[in-house]
Amino acid sequence: MSETATEQVLTTKDGRPLKASLARALRREKLRALVLIAPLLIFVLLTFVAPIADMLFRSVENSIVEDTLPQTVNALQDWDPSSGQVPGEPVFAALAADLKVAVDLKTHTRLGSRLNYEKTGISSLFRKTGRRVKKMTEPPYKEQFLKADKKWGQVDTWQTLKQFSPRYTDGYFLSSLDAERTAEGLQMKSEDEQIYLLLFGRTLMLSIAITVSCLLLGYPIAFLLAQLPLRTSNLLMILVLLPFWTSLLVRTSAWKVLLQQQGVINDFLVWIGLISDANRLVMINNQTGTIIAMTHILLPFMILPLYSVMKTISPTYVRAAKSLGATDWTAFWRVYFPQSVPGIGAGAVLVFILAIGYYITPELVGGTSGIFISNRIAYHISSSLNWGLAAALGTLLLAAVMILFIVYDKIVGIDNVKLG
Amino acid sequence: MKLKSTILAGTAVALLGSSAFAADMTIVSWGGAYSASQNNAYHKPYMEMNPDVNIINDESSAEAVAKLRAMNEAGNITWDLVDVVASDAIRLCDEGLALEINPDTDLAAAPDGTPASEDFGDLLVSECFIPQIVYSTTFGYRSDVAEWNGKEPDDICAVFDLETFPGKRSLEKRPINNLEWALLCDGVAKEDVYDVLETEEGLDRALAKLDTIKDQVIWWSAGAETPQLLADKEVVIGSTYNGRLFALIEEQKQPVKMLWDAQVFDLDGWIVPAGLPDDRKAAVMEYVKFATDTQRLADQAKYISYGPARASSAPLVGKHADLGIDMAPHMPTDPNNAKNTFLYNYEWWADYRDDLDAKFQAWLAK
Repeated sequence: MSETATEQVLTTKDGRPLKASLARALRREKLRALVLIAPLLIFVLLTFVAPIADMLFRSVENSIVEDTLPQTVNALQDWDPSSGQVPGEPVFAALAADLKVAVDLKTHTRLGSRLNYEKTGISSLFRKTGRRVKKMTEPPYKEQFLKADKKWGQVDTWQTLKQFSPRYTDGYFLSSLDAERTAEGLQMKSEDEQIYLLLFGRTLMLSIAITVSCLLLGYPIAFLLAQLPLRTSNLLMILVLLPFWTSLLVRTSAWKVLLQQQGVINDFLVWIGLISDANRLVMINNQTGTIIAMTHILLPFMILPLYSVMKTISPTYVRAAKSLGATDWTAFWRVYFPQSVPGIGAGAVLVFILAIGYYITPELVGGTSGIFISNRIAYHISSSLNWGLAAALGTLLLAAVMILFIVYDKIVGIDNVKLG
Repeated sequence: MKLKSTILAGTAVALLGSSAFAADMTIVSWGGAYSASQNNAYHKPYMEMNPDVNIINDESSAEAVAKLRAMNEAGNITWDLVDVVASDAIRLCDEGLALEINPDTDLAAAPDGTPASEDFGDLLVSECFIPQIVYSTTFGYRSDVAEWNGKEPDDICAVFDLETFPGKRSLEKRPINNLEWALLCDGVAKEDVYDVLETEEGLDRALAKLDTIKDQVIWWSAGAETPQLLADKEVVIGSTYNGRLFALIEEQKQPVKMLWDAQVFDLDGWIVPAGLPDDRKAAVMEYVKFATDTQRLADQAKYISYGPARASSAPLVGKHADLGIDMAPHMPTDPNNAKNTFLYNYEWWADYRDDLDAKFQAWLAK
């Protein structure tokens, strides 16, 4: 039996088994394809994946303490914060040695700013001590440090230092969730500092509201566009595309002019007598402003996928339904609408994901109640320079989008999404 | 063969061309009327005198610290000179991201021979900082508000007085300055403001004061917003930089007046990024020497109402370049305007910024 099997193996002309030869050809084919796409792959890896990975890594990275104060971190290992005592002379001696190096490299102020995110006052503590440390020559150092700043004599200064000694930290993530690690363990921050959970929730709710209003406004327009004869629909399509091509800032500023209390819409409402001059509507610098302006800006992202899907729905189905006795509504709801669901899916996903990461429009029209989590991320990147916290907030936002995406896939099915 | 030699020749010409023509110098500033004033007062005359220098304007000063840090991490400094506020200059200098300057050798002396270190005096707040101007954050108000019954605000507490001065206000969307003004109007003495603010109760007190006007406030994040809101009659009083209000009042002729009371002084100036190659460093130092001399700083005041940072420039401040009005009375440092000024504490804010910002933003969001 086995003998016949070996005999029956097909071979190529040069005597190699056909299977192996085929596999080799396929492999070569794959390799060639890989070489062809390699430039793109390398480009994507270098310019897209690597920077994002690097940025995300910052949300846990915390090597600055150990890099700046290596001996101190080492000496602090034996110190127990719960003893209520400030560490002894060896730790201070290590700190003096580390700081002398750090002052030369000017890295101590960076460490100060890093630890200042966790405890107010450490920034100036390092700045001040940095100026003094050069004059410290003879041990014992403890006295001299306490003289330089009394904060060195406080247990919580050292506790912060010890807590943030490890190379990796969950501190940024805890901050993003309004929590912190204290001597008593994990805790929520005090009420007057809790902001991020609120902002995450608000970003989610407003993005959903924007997606729904885009759908409500976009569906009839896309339907109309798909039904009208080509010449008319092309004209209407330009009306959709023109604002789409206009600068985002121009459109946002236009909404400011329209919606403000002394703006065109309020003036008109006062003029026709619907509202009194004293009770002009507040439509901007709040959530209403954000929803209106962003719905307008993201509307084309809903209309275009909807339109391209509706265009492919053959009118004969609806006609057939009607000829079988369906009313207009039944024909639409039972026959037409289910076929347009892939377009709704694509539009909704597109609008929602764009909305959740928006920050320019909310910044300009959102006031304080209409801003998104991205506004805080932008703030931490460019103003407060707390990149770790920004990275943690960004990671959470990314995770939230992915979870929603999976949920969406489970409920609607991502295969259902059609972009054209 | 012919093709090869053509390419080679072309490359050689291109190389020669680029070295014979202008060397680029990227100068970073804030944009708008401020960049325009620098362009007129420094960049244009310098490029006329040195045709081999080509100045490129970048308007990213608002993110200067973040970007310089990123450039430093990447080891590729693309900026030659950066315009920053004093607190950012201190921070950059402390972190070793800015070059240390020796005022007496690196900067031009005054025409009468006074060394630069004396001429700039106290305004040299950091070893890396070359001050250009003194500006202030202050309030402007509309002078045609019917509900005010002819009254006009003359002190800062008018901002918190909704009974005498009803209407919307605009304030900056950050704690700095706002908390100080709130405490001043809650009866705290000027010299005690930061001691009070340091305590939990002090912060609560400041926020409670701001609470009294919270629903009447539009919060701004860009300096151009308040002038726009004032022009649109959206707000009746609002804080911004004095130069922006000057443009609104004198150039756009809006019915707006300045409220100089409790104006907060701040400085703006140059820093040279650390780690520049030697040739670029030499070029930029030569430019800095020119751009910060007595005449040039006085020239800038022709285009914008910010006070020159050199004592010797002040007497040279003349008339506005286009409007022909006398600029001296519009400077925040003019004795008539500077009757009651407030100096904000950079050092203190360096420590408390993170903490107070979190609390302030949480307060705003509620």
